[in-house]
Amino acid sequence: MSATMTQARSMPADRPTSRVQTFMSRHGAMTPTFAAVVILVLLLVGAEAFLRGDFITARTLSALLLDNAYLLVLAVGLTFVILTGGIDLSVGSVMAFTGILGAQLVASGVPVGIAIPAMLAGGSAVGLLIGVLVQRFDVQPFIASLAGLFLARGLAFVVSLASIRVEQPEILWLQQNRIRLGEWYVTPTGILALAVVAGAAVVLHLTQFGRTVYAIGGNEQSARLMGLSVARTKVSVYVISGFCGGLAGLLLTAYSGAGYPRNGIGTELDAIAAVVIGGTLLTGGRGYVLGSLIGVLVFGTIKTIISFMGAEQSWMQIIVGALLLLFIVVQRAIVARSVRRR
Amino acid sequence: MSVAPRPVRDNDAMDGARPLLELTGATVRFGADAALDDVSFQMFPGEVHSLMGENGAGKSTLIKAITGALALDAGTLTLDGRRVDFATPHDAQRAGISSVYQEIELLPNLSVAENIMLGRGPRSRGAVSQRLMRARAREILAELGLEIDPASTLGTHSVAVQQLVAIARAISTDVRVLVLDEPTSSLDLDEVAELFRIIRELRSSGVAILFVSHFLDQVYEICDRVTVLRDGKFVGEYVTQELLRIDLVHKMLGRKMSDYKERHRASVDEPEAPVFLSARGVDSAPGIANADVDLGEGEVVGVAGLLGSGRTALARALTGVSHLDSGIIRIEGSAVSLDSPRRAISLGVVYSSENRLAEGILGHLSVLENITLAVQAQRGVFRRMRPARQRELAQSWVEALAIRPADLDRPAGTLSGGNQQKVLLARLLALAPRVLVLDEPTRGIDVGAKVEIQNLVGELADNGLSVMFISAELEEVLRVGDRVAILREGRIVETVPSSDMTVDSLLALVASPDE
Repeated sequence: MSATMTQARSMPADRPTSRVQTFMSRHGAMTPTFAAVVILVLLLVGAEAFLRGDFITARTLSALLLDNAYLLVLAVGLTFVILTGGIDLSVGSVMAFTGILGAQLVASGVPVGIAIPAMLAGGSAVGLLIGVLVQRFDVQPFIASLAGLFLARGLAFVVSLASIRVEQPEILWLQQNRIRLGEWYVTPTGILALAVVAGAAVVLHLTQFGRTVYAIGGNEQSARLMGLSVARTKVSVYVISGFCGGLAGLLLTAYSGAGYPRNGIGTELDAIAAVVIGGTLLTGGRGYVLGSLIGVLVFGTIKTIISFMGAEQSWMQIIVGALLLLFIVVQRAIVARSVRRR
Repeated sequence: MSVAPRPVRDNDAMDGARPLLELTGATVRFGADAALDDVSFQMFPGEVHSLMGENGAGKSTLIKAITGALALDAGTLTLDGRRVDFATPHDAQRAGISSVYQEIELLPNLSVAENIMLGRGPRSRGAVSQRLMRARAREILAELGLEIDPASTLGTHSVAVQQLVAIARAISTDVRVLVLDEPTSSLDLDEVAELFRIIRELRSSGVAILFVSHFLDQVYEICDRVTVLRDGKFVGEYVTQELLRIDLVHKMLGRKMSDYKERHRASVDEPEAPVFLSARGVDSAPGIANADVDLGEGEVVGVAGLLGSGRTALARALTGVSHLDSGIIRIEGSAVSLDSPRRAISLGVVYSSENRLAEGILGHLSVLENITLAVQAQRGVFRRMRPARQRELAQSWVEALAIRPADLDRPAGTLSGGNQQKVLLARLLALAPRVLVLDEPTRGIDVGAKVEIQNLVGELADNGLSVMFISAELEEVLRVGDRVAILREGRIVETVPSSDMTVDSLLALVASPDE
């Protein structure tokens, strides 16, 4: 941001501090995200060395974004929720529900221009329900979103028990159209996912709403006393997460060419893992949506490396588990240090 | 050091002028109890006003009523002669009434600038501009004469700096009434001086400041007038400089202050009581180095020292809470290893933390459970006390220590600070200890309860218990302790009989770096 601009004419802090201390007192919260970037680079370079130059290619990297677009969108929505100190377990089910809903709608002849908004609205509605439970009825986010998880999964099965193929060119276009630059390509799904990241970054950093999200994660009571609209913001983050679930449903439907009610079982946990690896504290208040992008890329890279090596996919879970452990320890260390400094 | 007596209000404000803020006939009820009963309260521009009273007198209720955190059941609040009804603290802030609480109500994860400006920040084309917020925050901090980097994260600063930032936030709007609730409880002397400088500046610019503190010295130093409350009722409003301290205390207590019972003190020529616990060369980093202490049977050893002198570190080292780096602790002559609080308790050494809320009282559990918890833990899961026995035990302690209200089933968190402290003492005493280490047992509790606890410590010692009594209040240390151990920078510099000391001579020992 504009930190480097103001650095030159900054005043001394309350005690004489070195440049490093000044930097840490301003940007210390970025450390876990930096760590995620380092891990991503290590993974890419390591895989490249191990696989003798077959890994870092335009094809694999382009596919990385394409394969993980839906996960990225889910992770962005979850970042909002986790920054307030909440959690949303429903996103995987919401993605399945909206996916099958959209597939059913277009299969029964509803125009795409209505089906897509219906998917987004369906996701947002589940999010709204969770948000109201959390805010108005003071239900633990874990429980409220668990209810949302079951509800959305059930609704998905109500829509259809079996997979429904999607043949509408407007939806498949999202996936199949490739904007090429040499060997590199990007699909509209990838562009949408990146736009969601960019939009979220702008909202979180440059709007009153976004700063309120951080404020709630810092101390909800203080945020309320500061006159920030805590209630509205808390409901909104779940609506955003639900909306992202709906959008992810669209992206996944385009990606797989079908809606399937069993999609995304456990995907909410992948998304949470990506957000945490990206440096967002589960206790809220600290983290960056760009970190979640990195987290998703780390996640996707591990998956790709494992399929390149032809190893069992269960190794994926072991490695992600180990990384999560590492990150939670790093975060604990950071929190412990900031407590000690006080 | 006191401020020269000054006219309380400007002459033109004095007569017929209307108060800036006025509360008339204010009543707030919680169930059947009136927390505030027909109270009147006035503040004029450019004054520092103090609100005094014991715990439970209605101070916090009054503050909540004027800051919009609580609605009045009866009575009116006027600001500038106009009746106001605040639905939320934010409404009160918009009307110019801001408050800074003891527990800092800010956002540790955001920058200093955002903490000052958020919710009212400058926008550029609808966006929250970090750059403009920083510039504005820098101006506000500069007005207060503070040099704090507005871009730094709030949580990286000390509590004192965070408190000053909270004040900067409060005054960044057009503040007219500033409420400071126990603002100095976690500040050291220099920081208090800095705070007072800022309060004086605000006063001269016409802000009305409500300064609530239980430090009488500070109230006398900074406040122009004082309103006294007792049991939710208005007792009176006085000019601070015309009110003797002893009278103020009387008005707060509403009775003759029950004098501290003089204990019989061992004189020098009497044979010394046998030493129960002795510590030699105790090192426990960080905080305490090479400490020698003896606790005789039936003796109270007071511990005096400034904040950070190692008071708490010493207490924790002796009670198995923190690890000993070196040194030896003997109980009745034989060396023991106090490697955990559990082990210490089994040897009869118990500790009460200075941090009553975080390391003592379990607020949501009942008084009964809070008292019987430690005994039960000591007995183990398989020797569970029968409920009737628990009740009997807890009841006997509630009576012995006069815990009020004497309701065993009430959540302990709803008791006043003094009574919570008594519940903690009851928990420890139920363990039938031989050594009681009390770290700041009277901090933040009202004067009446303070005297009760001091007397209780004396009685316990008379019954043969060894007590280590740590307090930041030198007078209290001298009154309660038979001997006083003086700590400076992590070392016990001297242990002297308290009969040889006065507060002034003790102060000199605690403060002087070398003599």
